[in-house]
Amino acid sequence: MSLVAFRQVVPWIVGAMLIALPFVYRDPYHLHILVLILIWSFAYTSWSMMGRFGLVSLGHGGFMGVGAYVTALLWNHLGVLPWIGIPIAMVCAGALALIVAYPCFRFRITGHYFALVTLALSGIVLQIITATRDYTGGSLGYTPDRTKGSHLAALQFDDKTTWYLIALGVWGVGLLIWRWVDRSMDRYALEAISEDEDAAAAAGVNVTFEKLKITVISALMTALAGALYCQYQMFISPDTVSGIAVSLQMVFAVVVGGIYVALGPTVGAIITIMLAEGLRIGFGTKAVGYDNLVYGVLLVVFIIFLPKGILGSLLERIKPSSKR
Amino acid sequence: MLVVNGLVKRFGGFTAVNNVSFEVEQGEILGLIGPNGSGKSTIFNMLSGTFPPSAGTITFDGSEIAGLPPHKIINRGIGRTFQIPRPFRRLTIFENVALAGYYGQGSHSLAKANDAAEKALTMVGLPTDRQASVDGLGAAGLKKLELAKAIATGPKLLLADESLGGLDETEMDQAADMLRKIRDELGITIIWVEHIMGVLMRVVDRVMVLDHGEKISEGLPSAVSSDPRVVEVYLGTDAHATQAAAAEARR
Repeated sequence: MSLVAFRQVVPWIVGAMLIALPFVYRDPYHLHILVLILIWSFAYTSWSMMGRFGLVSLGHGGFMGVGAYVTALLWNHLGVLPWIGIPIAMVCAGALALIVAYPCFRFRITGHYFALVTLALSGIVLQIITATRDYTGGSLGYTPDRTKGSHLAALQFDDKTTWYLIALGVWGVGLLIWRWVDRSMDRYALEAISEDEDAAAAAGVNVTFEKLKITVISALMTALAGALYCQYQMFISPDTVSGIAVSLQMVFAVVVGGIYVALGPTVGAIITIMLAEGLRIGFGTKAVGYDNLVYGVLLVVFIIFLPKGILGSLLERIKPSSKR
Repeated sequence: MLVVNGLVKRFGGFTAVNNVSFEVEQGEILGLIGPNGSGKSTIFNMLSGTFPPSAGTITFDGSEIAGLPPHKIINRGIGRTFQIPRPFRRLTIFENVALAGYYGQGSHSLAKANDAAEKALTMVGLPTDRQASVDGLGAAGLKKLELAKAIATGPKLLLADESLGGLDETEMDQAADMLRKIRDELGITIIWVEHIMGVLMRVVDRVMVLDHGEKISEGLPSAVSSDPRVVEVYLGTDAHATQAAAAEARR
Protein backbone atom coordinates (compact mmCIF):
# COMPACT_ATOMS: atom_id res chain seq x y z
CA MET A 1 0.00 0.00 0.00
CA SER A 2 1.44 3.38 -0.91
CA LEU A 3 2.07 5.99 1.74
CA VAL A 4 -0.63 8.31 0.39
CA ALA A 5 -3.26 5.56 0.39
CA PHE A 6 -2.13 4.58 3.88
CA ARG A 7 -2.59 8.14 5.11
CA GLN A 8 -6.07 8.24 3.59
CA VAL A 9 -7.11 5.02 5.26
CA VAL A 10 -5.77 5.73 8.76
CA PRO A 11 -8.37 8.39 9.76
CA TRP A 12 -11.19 5.99 8.80
CA ILE A 13 -9.71 3.12 10.81
CA VAL A 14 -9.10 5.34 13.86
CA GLY A 15 -12.59 6.82 13.48
CA ALA A 16 -14.19 3.37 13.35
CA MET A 17 -12.23 2.28 16.41
CA LEU A 18 -13.31 5.38 18.35
CA ILE A 19 -16.96 4.74 17.45
CA ALA A 20 -16.73 1.08 18.42
CA LEU A 21 -14.96 1.79 21.71
CA PRO A 22 -17.95 2.34 24.08
CA PHE A 23 -19.58 -0.89 22.87
CA VAL A 24 -16.63 -3.01 23.92
CA TYR A 25 -15.29 -1.00 26.84
CA ARG A 26 -17.85 0.23 29.33
CA ASP A 27 -15.98 1.49 32.38
CA PRO A 28 -18.09 4.57 33.26
CA TYR A 29 -15.27 6.56 34.85
CA HIS A 30 -12.99 6.15 31.86
CA LEU A 31 -15.82 6.96 29.47
CA HIS A 32 -16.54 10.08 31.53
CA ILE A 33 -12.93 11.20 31.18
CA LEU A 34 -13.10 10.53 27.44
CA VAL A 35 -16.28 12.60 27.08
CA LEU A 36 -14.65 15.49 28.94
CA ILE A 37 -11.56 15.21 26.76
CA LEU A 38 -13.67 15.26 23.58
CA ILE A 39 -15.77 18.26 24.66
CA TRP A 40 -12.74 20.26 25.74
CA SER A 41 -10.82 19.18 22.63
CA PHE A 42 -13.63 20.68 20.60
CA ALA A 43 -13.50 23.89 22.67
CA TYR A 44 -9.73 24.14 22.27
CA THR A 45 -9.99 23.44 18.54
CA SER A 46 -12.52 26.28 18.35
CA TRP A 47 -10.09 28.62 20.08
CA SER A 48 -7.20 27.71 17.82
CA MET A 49 -9.30 28.32 14.69
CA MET A 50 -8.38 31.97 15.24
CA GLY A 51 -5.47 31.57 17.65
CA ARG A 52 -3.33 29.96 14.95
CA PHE A 53 -3.54 33.17 12.93
CA GLY A 54 -2.18 35.31 15.73
CA LEU A 55 -5.64 36.35 16.88
CA VAL A 56 -5.02 35.52 20.51
CA SER A 57 -8.35 35.78 22.27
CA LEU A 58 -8.65 35.63 26.03
CA GLY A 59 -12.39 36.06 25.69
CA HIS A 60 -13.35 32.53 24.76
CA GLY A 61 -14.36 31.77 28.34
CA GLY A 62 -17.02 34.40 27.70
CA PHE A 63 -18.30 32.67 24.57
CA MET A 64 -18.32 29.32 26.33
CA GLY A 65 -20.23 30.83 29.27
CA VAL A 66 -22.80 32.36 26.94
CA GLY A 67 -23.26 28.99 25.23
CA ALA A 68 -23.78 27.16 28.52
CA TYR A 69 -25.87 29.70 30.42
CA VAL A 70 -28.13 30.87 27.59
CA THR A 71 -29.04 27.26 26.80
CA ALA A 72 -29.72 26.40 30.44
CA LEU A 73 -31.62 29.62 31.24
CA LEU A 74 -33.86 29.25 28.18
CA TRP A 75 -34.64 25.68 29.22
CA ASN A 76 -35.35 26.38 32.89
CA HIS A 77 -37.23 29.66 32.55
CA LEU A 78 -38.94 29.42 29.19
CA GLY A 79 -38.94 25.70 28.54
CA VAL A 80 -37.06 26.13 25.27
CA LEU A 81 -35.64 22.79 24.15
CA PRO A 82 -31.84 22.68 23.87
CA TRP A 83 -32.26 21.76 20.20
CA ILE A 84 -33.49 25.34 19.73
CA GLY A 85 -31.75 26.83 22.76
CA ILE A 86 -28.26 25.81 21.63
CA PRO A 87 -28.54 27.52 18.22
CA ILE A 88 -29.91 30.63 19.99
CA ALA A 89 -27.00 30.55 22.44
CA MET A 90 -24.56 30.17 19.54
CA VAL A 91 -26.09 33.14 17.75
CA CYS A 92 -25.79 35.19 20.98
CA ALA A 93 -22.10 34.30 21.24
CA GLY A 94 -21.61 35.11 17.55
CA ALA A 95 -23.30 38.49 18.03
CA LEU A 96 -21.14 39.17 21.08
CA ALA A 97 -18.06 38.28 19.04
CA LEU A 98 -19.13 40.72 16.32
CA ILE A 99 -19.76 43.52 18.82
CA VAL A 100 -16.36 43.11 20.42
CA ALA A 101 -14.30 42.19 17.37
CA TYR A 102 -15.63 44.63 14.78
CA PRO A 103 -14.37 47.79 16.52
CA CYS A 104 -11.08 46.02 17.28
CA PHE A 105 -10.50 45.05 13.66
CA ARG A 106 -11.87 48.28 12.22
CA PHE A 107 -9.54 50.38 14.35
CA ARG A 108 -6.59 48.02 14.02
CA ILE A 109 -6.44 46.84 17.61
CA THR A 110 -4.12 43.86 17.23
CA GLY A 111 -1.69 41.71 19.19
CA HIS A 112 -1.46 42.43 22.92
CA TYR A 113 -4.18 45.06 22.78
CA PHE A 114 -6.63 42.67 21.15
CA ALA A 115 -5.83 40.09 23.84
CA LEU A 116 -6.52 42.70 26.53
CA VAL A 117 -9.87 43.73 25.04
CA THR A 118 -10.98 40.11 24.86
CA LEU A 119 -9.68 39.53 28.39
CA ALA A 120 -12.14 42.21 29.49
CA LEU A 121 -14.89 40.33 27.65
CA SER A 122 -14.21 37.21 29.75
CA GLY A 123 -14.33 39.27 32.90
CA ILE A 124 -17.55 41.00 31.92
CA VAL A 125 -19.41 37.77 31.12
CA LEU A 126 -18.26 36.31 34.45
CA GLN A 127 -19.40 39.41 36.33
CA ILE A 128 -22.80 39.39 34.62
CA ILE A 129 -23.36 35.73 35.53
CA THR A 130 -22.37 36.42 39.14
CA ALA A 131 -24.34 39.65 39.38
CA THR A 132 -27.62 38.21 38.06
CA ARG A 133 -27.57 35.50 40.71
CA ASP A 134 -31.37 35.49 41.03
CA TYR A 135 -31.51 33.91 37.60
CA THR A 136 -28.13 32.25 37.18
CA GLY A 137 -27.39 31.07 40.69
CA GLY A 138 -24.34 33.30 40.75
CA SER A 139 -21.07 31.76 41.81
CA LEU A 140 -22.83 28.80 43.38
CA GLY A 141 -23.55 27.44 39.94
CA TYR A 142 -26.63 26.47 38.02
CA THR A 143 -28.40 23.22 37.22
CA PRO A 144 -30.68 22.64 34.23
CA ASP A 145 -34.01 21.11 35.35
CA ARG A 146 -34.30 17.37 34.85
CA THR A 147 -36.71 16.59 32.08
CA LYS A 148 -39.95 14.80 32.83
CA GLY A 149 -40.52 14.00 29.18
CA SER A 150 -38.34 12.77 26.37
CA HIS A 151 -34.62 12.50 27.07
CA LEU A 152 -33.84 13.03 23.42
CA ALA A 153 -35.89 16.25 23.20
CA ALA A 154 -34.26 17.65 26.33
CA LEU A 155 -30.82 16.42 25.28
CA GLN A 156 -30.37 14.79 28.67
CA PHE A 157 -28.98 11.27 28.70
CA ASP A 158 -28.01 9.18 31.66
CA ASP A 159 -25.77 6.73 29.89
CA LYS A 160 -22.18 7.60 29.09
CA THR A 161 -22.22 5.78 25.74
CA THR A 162 -24.70 8.22 24.20
CA TRP A 163 -22.72 11.20 25.44
CA TYR A 164 -19.51 9.69 24.25
CA LEU A 165 -20.93 9.31 20.74
CA ILE A 166 -22.35 12.86 20.73
CA ALA A 167 -19.07 14.34 21.93
CA LEU A 168 -17.15 12.24 19.41
CA GLY A 169 -19.39 13.45 16.59
CA VAL A 170 -19.03 17.11 17.53
CA TRP A 171 -15.27 16.75 17.94
CA GLY A 172 -15.11 15.15 14.49
CA VAL A 173 -17.09 18.02 13.00
CA GLY A 174 -14.66 20.44 14.68
CA LEU A 175 -11.74 18.72 12.95
CA LEU A 176 -13.58 18.85 9.63
CA ILE A 177 -14.15 22.61 10.03
CA TRP A 178 -10.47 22.98 10.81
CA ARG A 179 -9.57 21.05 7.66
CA TRP A 180 -12.03 23.04 5.59
CA VAL A 181 -10.43 26.33 6.69
CA ASP A 182 -6.94 24.86 6.35
CA ARG A 183 -7.52 23.97 2.70
CA SER A 184 -9.32 27.16 1.76
CA MET A 185 -7.89 30.37 0.38
CA ASP A 186 -9.03 32.04 3.61
CA ARG A 187 -6.14 30.32 5.34
CA TYR A 188 -3.63 32.04 3.06
CA ALA A 189 -5.41 35.34 3.55
CA LEU A 190 -5.36 34.97 7.33
CA GLU A 191 -1.71 33.90 7.36
CA ALA A 192 -0.94 36.98 5.26
CA ILE A 193 -2.99 39.21 7.57
CA SER A 194 -1.21 37.84 10.62
CA GLU A 195 2.12 38.83 9.09
CA ASP A 196 1.31 42.21 7.55
CA GLU A 197 -2.18 43.70 7.34
CA ASP A 198 -1.29 46.45 4.88
CA ALA A 199 0.42 44.08 2.49
CA ALA A 200 -2.54 41.69 2.72
CA ALA A 201 -4.89 44.58 1.94
CA ALA A 202 -2.67 45.50 -1.03
CA ALA A 203 -3.15 41.96 -2.33
CA GLY A 204 -6.89 42.63 -2.32
CA VAL A 205 -7.81 40.90 0.92
CA ASN A 206 -10.68 42.47 2.87
CA VAL A 207 -8.78 42.35 6.14
CA THR A 208 -11.60 43.28 8.53
CA PHE A 209 -14.04 40.86 6.91
CA GLU A 210 -11.64 37.89 6.91
CA LYS A 211 -10.77 38.41 10.57
CA LEU A 212 -14.43 38.80 11.55
CA LYS A 213 -15.37 35.66 9.66
CA ILE A 214 -12.89 33.43 11.51
CA THR A 215 -13.68 35.09 14.85
CA VAL A 216 -17.40 34.44 14.49
CA ILE A 217 -16.83 30.82 13.39
CA SER A 218 -14.60 30.36 16.43
CA ALA A 219 -17.13 31.95 18.81
CA LEU A 220 -20.04 29.85 17.46
CA MET A 221 -18.05 26.66 17.94
CA THR A 222 -16.95 27.65 21.44
CA ALA A 223 -20.54 28.39 22.46
CA LEU A 224 -21.55 24.94 21.23
CA ALA A 225 -18.81 23.44 23.39
CA GLY A 226 -20.16 25.35 26.41
CA ALA A 227 -23.73 24.20 25.77
CA LEU A 228 -22.63 20.56 25.38
CA TYR A 229 -20.62 20.74 28.58
CA CYS A 230 -23.71 22.06 30.37
CA GLN A 231 -25.98 19.34 28.99
CA TYR A 232 -23.48 16.65 29.87
CA GLN A 233 -22.46 17.74 33.37
CA MET A 234 -25.97 19.06 34.24
CA PHE A 235 -24.20 21.62 36.39
CA ILE A 236 -22.38 24.77 35.41
CA SER A 237 -20.66 27.43 37.46
CA PRO A 238 -19.02 30.65 36.33
CA ASP A 239 -15.60 29.24 37.16
CA THR A 240 -15.92 26.06 35.10
CA VAL A 241 -17.39 27.44 31.87
CA SER A 242 -16.59 31.14 31.76
CA GLY A 243 -14.19 33.71 32.99
CA ILE A 244 -10.54 34.36 32.61
CA ALA A 245 -9.38 31.05 34.09
CA VAL A 246 -11.20 29.08 31.37
CA SER A 247 -9.82 31.40 28.67
CA LEU A 248 -6.29 30.93 29.94
CA GLN A 249 -6.78 27.19 30.17
CA MET A 250 -7.67 27.16 26.46
CA VAL A 251 -4.53 29.07 25.55
CA PHE A 252 -2.42 26.79 27.72
CA ALA A 253 -3.84 23.57 26.34
CA VAL A 254 -3.47 24.67 22.73
CA VAL A 255 0.09 25.91 23.21
CA VAL A 256 1.05 22.63 24.87
CA GLY A 257 -0.62 20.44 22.25
CA GLY A 258 0.38 22.44 19.19
CA ILE A 259 -1.31 25.52 17.85
CA TYR A 260 -0.62 24.99 14.15
CA VAL A 261 -1.75 21.37 13.76
CA ALA A 262 -5.30 20.03 13.61
CA LEU A 263 -4.90 17.54 16.44
CA GLY A 264 -2.78 19.85 18.60
CA PRO A 265 -5.73 21.11 20.69
CA THR A 266 -6.86 17.50 21.19
CA VAL A 267 -3.43 16.51 22.49
CA GLY A 268 -3.59 19.59 24.72
CA ALA A 269 -6.96 18.50 26.11
CA ILE A 270 -5.71 15.00 26.81
CA ILE A 271 -2.73 16.36 28.73
CA THR A 272 -4.59 19.03 30.73
CA ILE A 273 -7.45 16.75 31.73
CA MET A 274 -5.17 13.86 32.64
CA LEU A 275 -3.08 16.28 34.66
CA ALA A 276 -6.09 17.67 36.55
CA GLU A 277 -7.49 14.16 37.17
CA GLY A 278 -4.07 12.81 38.16
CA LEU A 279 -3.60 15.56 40.71
CA ARG A 280 -7.14 15.07 42.00
CA ILE A 281 -6.72 11.33 42.49
CA GLY A 282 -3.13 11.50 43.69
CA PHE A 283 -3.46 14.30 46.19
CA GLY A 284 -7.19 14.57 46.74
CA THR A 285 -8.58 17.82 48.10
CA LYS A 286 -5.12 18.93 49.25
CA ALA A 287 -4.21 19.60 45.63
CA VAL A 288 -7.20 21.76 44.69
CA GLY A 289 -5.86 24.50 42.44
CA TYR A 290 -2.48 22.83 42.00
CA ASP A 291 -3.29 22.10 38.38
CA ASN A 292 -3.41 25.84 37.70
CA LEU A 293 0.03 26.21 39.25
CA VAL A 294 1.40 23.41 37.09
CA TYR A 295 -0.30 24.93 34.00
CA GLY A 296 1.40 28.23 34.69
CA VAL A 297 4.88 26.75 35.01
CA LEU A 298 4.40 24.46 32.01
CA LEU A 299 3.08 27.32 29.87
CA VAL A 300 6.26 29.32 30.43
CA VAL A 301 8.43 26.26 29.72
CA PHE A 302 6.52 25.42 26.54
CA ILE A 303 6.50 28.92 25.12
CA ILE A 304 10.27 29.15 25.57
CA PHE A 305 11.39 25.63 24.61
CA LEU A 306 8.61 24.09 22.52
CA PRO A 307 6.59 26.93 20.95
CA LYS A 308 5.03 24.61 18.38
CA GLY A 309 3.67 22.33 21.09
CA ILE A 310 4.09 18.62 21.61
CA LEU A 311 2.30 17.42 18.48
CA GLY A 312 3.61 20.25 16.31
CA SER A 313 7.22 19.50 17.27
CA LEU A 314 6.75 15.76 16.86
CA LEU A 315 5.29 16.11 13.37
CA GLU A 316 8.14 18.41 12.44
CA ARG A 317 10.67 15.76 13.51
CA ILE A 318 8.89 13.06 11.52
CA LYS A 319 8.80 14.98 8.25
CA PRO A 320 11.57 17.56 8.20
CA SER A 321 10.65 18.55 4.66
CA SER A 322 7.27 19.99 5.67
CA LYS A 323 6.84 23.73 5.41
CA ARG A 324 6.09 24.30 9.05
CA MET B 1 -7.76 56.97 -17.03
CA LEU B 2 -6.82 58.53 -13.68
CA VAL B 3 -7.71 62.12 -12.82
CA VAL B 4 -6.52 63.50 -9.48
CA ASN B 5 -7.82 66.89 -8.45
CA GLY B 6 -6.79 69.07 -5.53
CA LEU B 7 -5.49 66.19 -3.42
CA VAL B 8 -4.64 67.16 0.18
CA LYS B 9 -3.43 65.04 3.10
CA ARG B 10 -2.90 66.47 6.56
CA PHE B 11 -1.52 64.55 9.52
CA GLY B 12 -2.48 66.71 12.49
CA GLY B 13 -1.00 70.13 11.75
CA PHE B 14 1.41 68.81 9.12
CA THR B 15 0.38 68.95 5.49
CA ALA B 16 2.08 66.03 3.71
CA VAL B 17 0.40 66.61 0.35
CA ASN B 18 -0.89 70.03 -0.58
CA ASN B 19 -3.32 70.56 -3.43
CA VAL B 20 -1.80 68.19 -5.99
CA SER B 21 -3.60 67.62 -9.30
CA PHE B 22 -2.52 65.43 -12.20
CA GLU B 23 -3.79 63.09 -14.87
CA VAL B 24 -2.53 59.76 -16.13
CA GLU B 25 -3.21 58.65 -19.69
CA GLN B 26 -3.96 55.08 -20.67
CA GLY B 27 -0.75 53.20 -21.51
CA GLU B 28 1.82 55.70 -20.30
CA ILE B 29 4.52 55.43 -17.68
CA LEU B 30 4.42 58.45 -15.41
CA GLY B 31 7.47 59.04 -13.23
CA LEU B 32 6.87 60.56 -9.82
CA ILE B 33 10.02 61.90 -8.23
CA GLY B 34 11.02 64.10 -5.34
CA PRO B 35 13.27 64.06 -2.30
CA ASN B 36 12.51 62.04 0.82
CA GLY B 37 9.41 63.30 2.58
CA SER B 38 8.11 65.14 -0.48
CA GLY B 39 4.79 63.29 -0.37
CA LYS B 40 5.24 60.59 -3.04
CA SER B 41 4.39 57.65 -0.82
CA THR B 42 1.52 59.58 0.78
CA ILE B 43 -0.01 60.09 -2.67
CA PHE B 44 0.39 56.35 -3.36
CA ASN B 45 -1.25 55.49 -0.06
CA MET B 46 -4.24 57.65 -0.93
CA LEU B 47 -4.50 56.25 -4.46
CA SER B 48 -4.40 52.69 -3.13
CA GLY B 49 -6.80 53.36 -0.25
CA THR B 50 -4.42 52.82 2.66
CA PHE B 51 -5.81 56.07 4.03
CA PRO B 52 -8.40 58.54 2.76
CA PRO B 53 -7.41 62.00 1.47
CA SER B 54 -8.22 65.03 3.65
CA ALA B 55 -9.58 66.77 0.55
CA GLY B 56 -9.67 66.34 -3.22
CA THR B 57 -10.98 63.81 -5.68
CA ILE B 58 -9.51 60.73 -7.34
CA THR B 59 -11.39 59.60 -10.43
CA PHE B 60 -10.43 56.26 -11.95
CA ASP B 61 -12.07 55.11 -15.19
CA GLY B 62 -14.79 57.67 -14.67
CA SER B 63 -15.76 56.83 -11.10
CA GLU B 64 -14.72 58.36 -7.81
CA ILE B 65 -12.50 56.11 -5.68
CA ALA B 66 -11.17 58.48 -2.99
CA GLY B 67 -11.73 57.00 0.46
CA LEU B 68 -12.64 53.47 -0.71
CA PRO B 69 -10.99 50.66 1.28
CA PRO B 70 -7.88 49.07 -0.33
CA HIS B 71 -9.49 45.80 -1.42
CA LYS B 72 -12.21 47.64 -3.37
CA ILE B 73 -9.68 49.85 -5.11
CA ILE B 74 -7.62 46.81 -6.07
CA ASN B 75 -10.70 45.07 -7.41
CA ARG B 76 -11.35 48.13 -9.60
CA GLY B 77 -7.90 47.69 -11.12
CA ILE B 78 -5.25 49.64 -9.23
CA GLY B 79 -2.40 47.44 -8.01
CA ARG B 80 0.56 48.55 -5.95
CA THR B 81 3.99 47.54 -4.77
CA PHE B 82 5.66 48.66 -1.57
CA GLN B 83 8.96 50.49 -1.44
CA ILE B 84 10.36 47.91 0.97
CA PRO B 85 9.17 44.46 -0.22
CA ARG B 86 6.60 42.96 2.12
CA PRO B 87 6.38 39.25 1.27
CA PHE B 88 4.33 36.82 3.36
CA ARG B 89 7.11 34.62 4.69
CA ARG B 90 4.82 31.90 5.99
CA LEU B 91 3.57 31.26 2.44
CA THR B 92 5.55 29.93 -0.52
CA ILE B 93 6.44 32.22 -3.42
CA PHE B 94 3.63 30.73 -5.47
CA GLU B 95 1.09 31.08 -2.64
CA ASN B 96 2.07 34.73 -2.18
CA VAL B 97 1.22 35.48 -5.78
CA ALA B 98 -1.82 33.17 -5.97
CA LEU B 99 -3.28 34.94 -2.93
CA ALA B 100 -3.04 38.26 -4.76
CA GLY B 101 -4.61 36.62 -7.84
CA TYR B 102 -7.48 35.18 -5.80
CA TYR B 103 -8.48 38.26 -3.83
CA GLY B 104 -7.05 41.01 -6.02
CA GLN B 105 -9.13 40.22 -9.09
CA GLY B 106 -12.26 40.07 -6.99
CA SER B 107 -13.35 36.88 -8.74
CA HIS B 108 -12.36 34.54 -5.88
CA SER B 109 -11.66 31.74 -8.32
CA LEU B 110 -8.88 29.29 -7.55
CA ALA B 111 -8.32 28.40 -11.20
CA LYS B 112 -7.97 32.04 -12.19
CA ALA B 113 -5.71 32.72 -9.21
CA ASN B 114 -3.31 29.90 -10.10
CA ASP B 115 -3.33 30.96 -13.72
CA ALA B 116 -2.61 34.60 -12.80
CA ALA B 117 0.19 33.45 -10.46
CA GLU B 118 1.85 31.35 -13.20
CA LYS B 119 1.74 34.25 -15.65
CA ALA B 120 2.92 36.89 -13.19
CA LEU B 121 5.83 34.78 -11.94
CA THR B 122 6.90 33.97 -15.50
CA MET B 123 6.65 37.64 -16.42
CA VAL B 124 9.02 38.81 -13.66
CA GLY B 125 11.30 35.78 -14.05
CA LEU B 126 10.69 33.89 -10.81
CA PRO B 127 10.25 30.09 -10.63
CA THR B 128 6.66 28.86 -10.86
CA ASP B 129 7.54 25.84 -8.74
CA ARG B 130 4.89 25.50 -6.03
CA GLN B 131 7.23 24.60 -3.19
CA ALA B 132 9.87 27.35 -3.50
CA SER B 133 10.19 29.32 -0.27
CA VAL B 134 10.43 33.10 0.04
CA ASP B 135 13.48 32.69 2.28
CA GLY B 136 15.60 31.80 -0.75
CA LEU B 137 15.10 35.22 -2.36
CA GLY B 138 17.61 38.07 -2.25
CA ALA B 139 16.90 41.81 -2.51
CA ALA B 140 16.32 41.72 -6.27
CA GLY B 141 14.20 38.56 -5.99
CA LEU B 142 11.98 40.12 -3.32
CA LYS B 143 11.39 43.14 -5.55
CA LYS B 144 10.39 40.78 -8.37
CA LEU B 145 7.99 38.97 -6.02
CA GLU B 146 6.51 42.32 -5.00
CA LEU B 147 5.89 43.10 -8.68
CA ALA B 148 4.48 39.63 -9.38
CA LYS B 149 1.98 40.05 -6.52
CA ALA B 150 0.86 43.39 -7.93
CA ILE B 151 0.56 42.04 -11.49
CA ALA B 152 -1.43 39.02 -10.32
CA THR B 153 -4.18 41.31 -9.01
CA GLY B 154 -4.85 42.09 -12.68
CA PRO B 155 -4.38 45.87 -12.53
CA LYS B 156 -5.09 48.39 -15.26
CA LEU B 157 -2.95 50.87 -13.36
CA LEU B 158 0.15 49.82 -11.44
CA LEU B 159 1.54 52.02 -8.66
CA ALA B 160 5.18 50.94 -8.56
CA ASP B 161 6.97 52.18 -5.45
CA GLU B 162 10.34 51.09 -6.76
CA SER B 163 13.13 52.37 -4.66
CA LEU B 164 16.15 51.11 -6.55
CA GLY B 165 18.56 52.38 -3.91
CA GLY B 166 19.65 48.93 -2.78
CA LEU B 167 20.42 47.63 -6.27
CA ASP B 168 23.55 47.82 -8.42
CA GLU B 169 23.66 49.41 -11.89
CA THR B 170 22.73 46.22 -13.81
CA GLU B 171 19.90 45.36 -11.46
CA MET B 172 18.54 48.92 -11.75
CA ASP B 173 18.50 48.65 -15.53
CA GLN B 174 16.79 45.27 -15.32
CA ALA B 175 14.14 46.67 -12.97
CA ALA B 176 13.53 49.60 -15.31
CA ASP B 177 13.27 47.29 -18.32
CA MET B 178 10.85 45.12 -16.38
CA LEU B 179 8.46 48.02 -15.85
CA ARG B 180 8.61 48.89 -19.54
CA LYS B 181 7.97 45.24 -20.44
CA ILE B 182 4.95 45.14 -18.13
CA ARG B 183 3.54 48.18 -19.85
CA ASP B 184 4.31 46.94 -23.38
CA GLU B 185 3.23 43.31 -23.00
CA LEU B 186 0.38 43.55 -20.53
CA GLY B 187 -0.82 47.03 -21.45
CA ILE B 188 -0.70 48.15 -17.84
CA THR B 189 -0.43 51.88 -17.21
CA ILE B 190 2.24 52.66 -14.61
CA ILE B 191 3.04 55.37 -12.08
CA TRP B 192 6.61 54.88 -10.99
CA VAL B 193 7.92 56.44 -7.80
CA GLU B 194 11.65 56.88 -7.27
CA HIS B 195 13.94 59.36 -5.56
CA ILE B 196 16.84 58.91 -7.97
CA MET B 197 16.30 60.58 -11.33
CA GLY B 198 18.82 58.76 -13.52
CA VAL B 199 17.29 55.41 -14.44
CA LEU B 200 13.75 56.64 -14.26
CA MET B 201 14.28 59.39 -16.82
CA ARG B 202 15.28 56.83 -19.47
CA VAL B 203 12.06 54.85 -19.16
CA VAL B 204 9.17 57.16 -18.36
CA ASP B 205 7.02 59.07 -20.83
CA ARG B 206 6.35 61.95 -18.47
CA VAL B 207 7.66 63.06 -15.10
CA MET B 208 6.06 64.86 -12.20
CA VAL B 209 8.26 66.35 -9.46
CA LEU B 210 7.12 66.86 -5.88
CA ASP B 211 8.74 68.89 -3.15
CA HIS B 212 7.36 69.46 0.34
CA GLY B 213 4.01 68.03 -0.70
CA GLU B 214 3.56 70.30 -3.71
CA LYS B 215 3.90 69.68 -7.42
CA ILE B 216 6.75 71.85 -8.67
CA SER B 217 7.17 70.58 -12.20
CA GLU B 218 5.62 68.25 -14.75
CA GLY B 219 6.41 67.35 -18.34
CA LEU B 220 8.75 65.43 -20.62
CA PRO B 221 11.87 64.07 -18.89
CA SER B 222 14.19 66.33 -20.88
CA ALA B 223 12.20 69.46 -20.03
CA VAL B 224 11.82 68.59 -16.38
CA SER B 225 15.48 67.85 -15.79
CA SER B 226 16.42 71.33 -17.00
CA ASP B 227 13.64 73.07 -15.02
CA PRO B 228 15.41 75.46 -12.60
CA ARG B 229 13.08 74.58 -9.72
CA VAL B 230 13.85 70.87 -10.12
CA VAL B 231 17.55 71.57 -10.35
CA GLU B 232 17.26 73.60 -7.17
CA VAL B 233 15.55 70.75 -5.34
CA TYR B 234 17.95 68.11 -6.56
CA LEU B 235 21.23 70.00 -6.79
CA GLY B 236 20.56 72.96 -4.50
CA THR B 237 21.25 76.66 -4.69
CA ASP B 238 21.53 77.11 -0.96
CA ALA B 239 23.17 75.23 1.87
CA HIS B 240 19.99 73.45 2.95
CA ALA B 241 19.28 72.07 -0.49
CA THR B 242 22.90 71.05 -0.92
CA GLN B 243 22.74 69.06 2.28
CA ALA B 244 19.59 67.35 1.15
CA ALA B 245 21.10 66.48 -2.20
CA ALA B 246 24.22 65.16 -0.53
CA ALA B 247 22.12 62.99 1.75
CA GLU B 248 20.30 61.77 -1.33
CA ALA B 249 23.56 60.90 -3.06
CA ARG B 250 24.73 58.85 -0.11
CA ARG B 251 21.69 56.60 -0.18
